[in-house]
Amino acid sequence: MNAPVPPPASVDLQAILHDAQIPDVLDQLDRELVGLAPVKRRIREIAAFLVVSRARRSLGLESAAPSLHMSFTGNPGTGKTTVALRMAEILHRLGYARKGHVVSVTRDDLVGQYIGHTAPKTREVLKKAMGGVLFIDEAYYLYRPENERDYGQEAIEILLQVMENHRDDLVVILAGYRDRMGTFFQSNPGMSSRIAHHIDFPDYSTDELLAIADQMAGQMNYRFDGASRAAMRDYVALRVAQPHFANARSIRNALDRARLRQANRIFESAMAGGGTSSPEALTLIGDQDIRASRVFEHGARDSDG
Amino acid sequence: MMTNTGNRLTQGQFSFLPPLTDDQISKQIAYALDKGWSIGIEYTDDPHPRNTYWEMFGNPMFDLKDPAGILMEINACRKTFPHHYIRVTAFDATRGWETPRMSYIVNRPEKEPGFRLNRQEVDGRTIRYSVESYATTRPEGERYP
Repeated sequence: MNAPVPPPASVDLQAILHDAQIPDVLDQLDRELVGLAPVKRRIREIAAFLVVSRARRSLGLESAAPSLHMSFTGNPGTGKTTVALRMAEILHRLGYARKGHVVSVTRDDLVGQYIGHTAPKTREVLKKAMGGVLFIDEAYYLYRPENERDYGQEAIEILLQVMENHRDDLVVILAGYRDRMGTFFQSNPGMSSRIAHHIDFPDYSTDELLAIADQMAGQMNYRFDGASRAAMRDYVALRVAQPHFANARSIRNALDRARLRQANRIFESAMAGGGTSSPEALTLIGDQDIRASRVFEHGARDSDG
Repeated sequence: MMTNTGNRLTQGQFSFLPPLTDDQISKQIAYALDKGWSIGIEYTDDPHPRNTYWEMFGNPMFDLKDPAGILMEINACRKTFPHHYIRVTAFDATRGWETPRMSYIVNRPEKEPGFRLNRQEVDGRTIRYSVESYATTRPEGERYP
């Protein structure tokens, strides 16, 4: 055998950062995700930790791979899936996930229908996620305390075993509502202790939701004018107070319906002999498109309108 | 066979080399995955060269990205069948190929007794030859203690 190579005397952190293009990913995260300041801070911390631990490893100061399993808690539409995708990219660039792909699953993909069905199903999913990130959405459904013979427990046990033994092959991210994830971790202390990073996703404020609406509209080549932006602000203020509000997802749905109404408006005016349409007219979402929403009807209470 | 000094079964790739380590197996799997071949794990305890179709361990694996998953399955198979032959096959589904492109043994019994050459005299002085593994004289599942 060869004599062990003596570790280098110093390590260039700048080079690691540069090679992995970490500043690019973090900037992109800042640019593309509105708000979420605490989440971004935690991701910066994790990225810093990974860069430093890679530097330490190249100096021979660190042998074991750090535990990177995470839990993302927050209300629906707060960007958990999007952040998971970014996280996978960061892990991939720093060499903590060989392929950096994300396998997104829910209870149905892991838990079987009958005895002996769960283990192969879970193993199948785990095999697919190797070298990347396994994103388990609504993870608390895995554990059903009211049914002691529920097969979810079996899936959790296999998951725990792989999380422990294949730490450098796979990163598991559990996601779900805050309170229900809390109960889940309380009843599965083994799971909680194997997760190094608990990240909480706050709800968006009205201003942030408006910025998200602007960004989404921009991506689809639409725009607001002064009146329609004011209408959007009113819409958001009303919608937040209504049940089933899903943050950015509700904004996306609202925009989709506003686009529908805008198309309808242009179509009607063309049918009435409106003639040609300018690009300005085709990209503009007018305030009448937003104000026609059911949300503005007095006492409207049912879901996304 | 008879000329094989190590008395080892030589079928598929790498069979004249020392046994592959898990690292080396991972690299071979990574090569196959890069080519887009799907990988299957097969086992048998009948090493006859004409025994082409071995039993599959689980389903063929189509949409994996990383060798770690397959290595996990290989180890599960080794645990279930510690004294069997286990091979890894990479199947190329490309039109025109549609055939295994790689096949190599990743597990073998500690003691391989080898093959007997049978000579059968027929029609006067004509001789017919056949080979038979010493192991297959015992029933299936008890061949390699």
